[in-house]
Amino acid sequence: MINLSINNQRVSVQPGTTVLEAARKLNINIPTLCNHPDLCVAGNCRVCVVEQTGARTLIAACAMPAAEGMDIQTNTLKVRNARKHIVELLLSEHRSDCTKCYKNQKCELQRLANEFAFGDTIFLDLVQDRPYTIDRSSPSFIKDDSKCIRCQRCVRTCTELQHISAIAVANKGMHQKISSFHDRPMSHVVCTNCGQCVNRCPTGALVEKTYIDQVWDAIYDPEKHVVVQTAPAVRVALGEDLGYDPGERVTGKMVTALRQLGFDSVLDTDFSADLTIMEEGTELLTRLKKVLVDGDKKTSIPMFTSCSPGWIKFIEHKYPEFLHNLSTCKSPQQMFGALAKTFYAQKKKLDPSKVVSVSVMPCTAKKYEADRPEMRSSGYKDIDFVLTTRELAVMIKQAGIDFRNLEPSHYDSVMGDSTGAAVIFGATGGVMEAALRTAYEIVTGKEVPFTNLNITPVRGMEGVKEATIKIEGCTDDWKFLEGAELKVAIAHGLVNANKIMREVRTGKSPYHFVEIMACPGGCIGGGGQPIPTSMDIRKKRMKAIYSEDEHMVLRKSHENPDVIAIYKEFLGKPNSHLAHELLHTHYVEREGY
Amino acid sequence: MEKRGLNKVDLIFEKIDPKEVLTIAFKMSPADIIQQVLDSGLKGRGGAGFPTGLKWKYTAAVKEPEKYVVCNADEGEPGTFKDREILDRVAYKVYGGMAIAARAIGAKKGIVYLRGEYKFLLPQLMMELEKFHKLVKEIGYDFRINFCMGSGAYICGEESALFESVEGGRGEPRNKPPYPTTSGVFGKPTSINNVETLVTSMMIIKHGPESYSQLGTKDSRGSKVFSISGDTPTPGIFELELGMSVQEFVNEFGDGDTKAVQVGGASGFCVPRKRFEQTVIGFEGVPTGGSMKLFNSSRSMYNVLHNYLDFFAEESCGQCTPCRVGCQQLLKGVEKVKKGEVKSTYLNELVKLADTMKVASKCGLGQSVGNAFKTIVENFREEIIY
Amino acid sequence: MYQLGNLVKELSDKHGRARDSLIPILQGIVERHNYLTDEAMVEVAKELDISAAEVYGTASFYTFLDTTVRGKYVIRVCKTITCSMKGKSEIIQTLEDMLKIRVGETTSDRQFSLIETNCIGWCHKAPAILINEMPYTELTPEKVVEIIKGYMQKR
Repeated sequence: MINLSINNQRVSVQPGTTVLEAARKLNINIPTLCNHPDLCVAGNCRVCVVEQTGARTLIAACAMPAAEGMDIQTNTLKVRNARKHIVELLLSEHRSDCTKCYKNQKCELQRLANEFAFGDTIFLDLVQDRPYTIDRSSPSFIKDDSKCIRCQRCVRTCTELQHISAIAVANKGMHQKISSFHDRPMSHVVCTNCGQCVNRCPTGALVEKTYIDQVWDAIYDPEKHVVVQTAPAVRVALGEDLGYDPGERVTGKMVTALRQLGFDSVLDTDFSADLTIMEEGTELLTRLKKVLVDGDKKTSIPMFTSCSPGWIKFIEHKYPEFLHNLSTCKSPQQMFGALAKTFYAQKKKLDPSKVVSVSVMPCTAKKYEADRPEMRSSGYKDIDFVLTTRELAVMIKQAGIDFRNLEPSHYDSVMGDSTGAAVIFGATGGVMEAALRTAYEIVTGKEVPFTNLNITPVRGMEGVKEATIKIEGCTDDWKFLEGAELKVAIAHGLVNANKIMREVRTGKSPYHFVEIMACPGGCIGGGGQPIPTSMDIRKKRMKAIYSEDEHMVLRKSHENPDVIAIYKEFLGKPNSHLAHELLHTHYVEREGY
Repeated sequence: MEKRGLNKVDLIFEKIDPKEVLTIAFKMSPADIIQQVLDSGLKGRGGAGFPTGLKWKYTAAVKEPEKYVVCNADEGEPGTFKDREILDRVAYKVYGGMAIAARAIGAKKGIVYLRGEYKFLLPQLMMELEKFHKLVKEIGYDFRINFCMGSGAYICGEESALFESVEGGRGEPRNKPPYPTTSGVFGKPTSINNVETLVTSMMIIKHGPESYSQLGTKDSRGSKVFSISGDTPTPGIFELELGMSVQEFVNEFGDGDTKAVQVGGASGFCVPRKRFEQTVIGFEGVPTGGSMKLFNSSRSMYNVLHNYLDFFAEESCGQCTPCRVGCQQLLKGVEKVKKGEVKSTYLNELVKLADTMKVASKCGLGQSVGNAFKTIVENFREEIIY
Repeated sequence: MYQLGNLVKELSDKHGRARDSLIPILQGIVERHNYLTDEAMVEVAKELDISAAEVYGTASFYTFLDTTVRGKYVIRVCKTITCSMKGKSEIIQTLEDMLKIRVGETTSDRQFSLIETNCIGWCHKAPAILINEMPYTELTPEKVVEIIKGYMQKR
């Protein structure tokens, strides 16, 4: 143990602990900016400088390892003067249009300015003289260089967590900036739109592209019938932007709020998640039969899930030779969209051209997905607008809704029923678990051999998870699978997707079925979720997801009555011709570098 | 302060037989080599002035089979050109010094990081290197040197930025600790030394530490190669004993009308005429990597200051806030003061900013910008304002 | 680009394909082609399996690894204080007049680029310039004219 003193208070810490962490142990708050719990230490913003007795310069608390006998002072005159200057310097290279900025009141620089730098501006404005770019090319997010304070959190996120490095630090000195490859528009480089950078940007330099105004316009257009679907991960995180602690489930209130906002029908992505399981489960079993029984060389194993658009763009860029391994199923969002303007419109006797389909997603890549040219199976754009969880919270506030005191209510019917298997889509391992709950029962006629249907080996925050499910007691149709050991893997965060794909590339991958989510933690850690994010917050949201599952009456996708109905009335059976037309898709090879 | 007067020395360029010196060195134990260098009082000749013996001692103490000796030949401080001359004339001594350092710390690999602007020296340096490798093999020491070329970045002269560059990245200084002695290039214990320091260490092994430590002052032992330019009838490099006063220096090298001497380049201190007598050139006075620029009364100190600030604003790596933004603020600030677009009292705010940069910047570049800024503004305020 | 792909492979065979091979490879390309095109940077990214943004981010840090168009002969005029004091402006004027370009520009026949650079270590023989890697010192406008004429005659 190392013993040191901070502000004359003694503390003992493990070797390797930083001064910042040691201070936190004493509940001493040292302000930071470039520091983030998910990322490696940078030590470049210098906001966290503190005084170490005997040292020639101030030290960065986030980067300095605690040492025996260290004497630290966090609030001396020298420190305060330095901090004030540093914040003033950051403000001088930042285009402050706070009143108009999307991050107004949620900006870390704003908070620092209020704590350390209110009053007259000391230094000269450096932004006005220099040309800057605001890149609006991506449908998912906006990159505004004039607000960048070069903390490099986005670069570290894209490199360490996602292994993409779509953006990097470029040039040096006064010309230093965060840049894509040779400053190309973000829509023209290898970027998956996952939005993890947006989640970690302290200012308004990286924000999602918002569609709030367009959605309001649709809602208030008397000719339009606006349906909204909500992703599973939204209901366990929306509360964070409305005054709740992380991990609180606000499903019922969310539905009521959506009705009060004026949506004509409040439906659930969970419905189409159950539908996805039917389609994908059938597809998996068909593939297994082709490979194991028919010896079909053209069918590819392992099969990968396809509901994460960040993952899809990743494999299209980096591993296009394995596009045949992807399930042809659309994501639940897109399945819903295609059905909203066909099945739903028919049932409600609506003119499909007047149906506006909106989704609320924990995701920024879904905005890109909705814009993909092939997503028009209904004959119209299947999903018109995608809102992030954050945007929904904004709309709720704009409408003056007293969220906390709302009476909870239920989703509308037709495409509003769901099961516990659907809600766990929001967590890493959830799609796999839902698929297994259904596939196993189809094949054996029995429930998965796990207590309470909780397939724990596929759950948790481990980057790559594996499980082997032995299949025993098959029904006659599925005798070819008797005794088979189904090997599955689950990866979340693209750095882990890369690990799986590297192995697949060697030809030695042992898996039959792999679930991959682009975002750390799965959708609960998505690029559209409330900010801030941390491992702790994601764990709490994940716990809430599984809690929601446990509280549901129906917990297997094939038991969803709305799903049973849609096959009976409309689609016929899983993988039918109509199902293929509306609910399945194809992929595109893209540049790898 | 101790003063020694202006005394010319001929040590660095003295012709020696490398085989003789290296053979002696390889018969000594690493501990003995380190002790000799410690006794000599030699401090780093690149400008930072860290006791060389201590650096080798710390690196030697780390238990790790893979270690490196790095020669910092990224000389980029404005006004410094001594390393170029040393590499041109006595490269074999640089390599020899590296071999001695390697023996002292237990390294088998050496890297010379040569600035891109000196690429024209490479063919000759390679020829010398071939001879050196043959010699070392003859003596039976396992030590090989490789070259790593810079590509035009002053900040790569900073030790950890240099390591980043060798490893294929942007030359952005690292957080310290850990220090290079424990984690340097490729994360291995590294002793990184200036060109001149390495040559000097070889001379110390040849002549013994006593004669070297007799030169100079108590805190600045030995001699140093100075790069002298500007308003002087005798520009060039000169090897002088440390501890002379700036007045003595100006008497020898000035043109009779010297108004100021910039000691230590853009990151050094500006000594005005009124302080020539009392300022000693050495680590206890104005420390320097050897750059000495003389300005006579025809020169505008505003131009000098502006030139230095422009230099830093461009050459800063850009990583940390105080340096990246501070350099721009100082540059733009003096421009506006000069043009009368802001009150002259704004200079006081900038002086405070320079103080912040000194204590809050991540590396020596940002920490040193304030040296020139404050000494020029304090001593030549009228030239900045009017 | 057959030639470019071959060059990158050649350089990678020589220097390796690890991250610390990046800068020598980029230096090799600049030596041959005067600057780094987007295609070149993408080729290097592919060969070393790192992102193109990373290659660009590293290259753009270094003044001599130009990512903008440069001519066959890059003239770098030192602008640091001693060269500035000793007549850099006249040298620049001479060059601008002779080459018919401004500082920062490249001649239309892609033969010469004219840029300013920071201290190149010849302060005692100021003003000084580099043409590619060769230094020329103690310059006067007349000397500069002779030197450039010499380069123009090289074919």
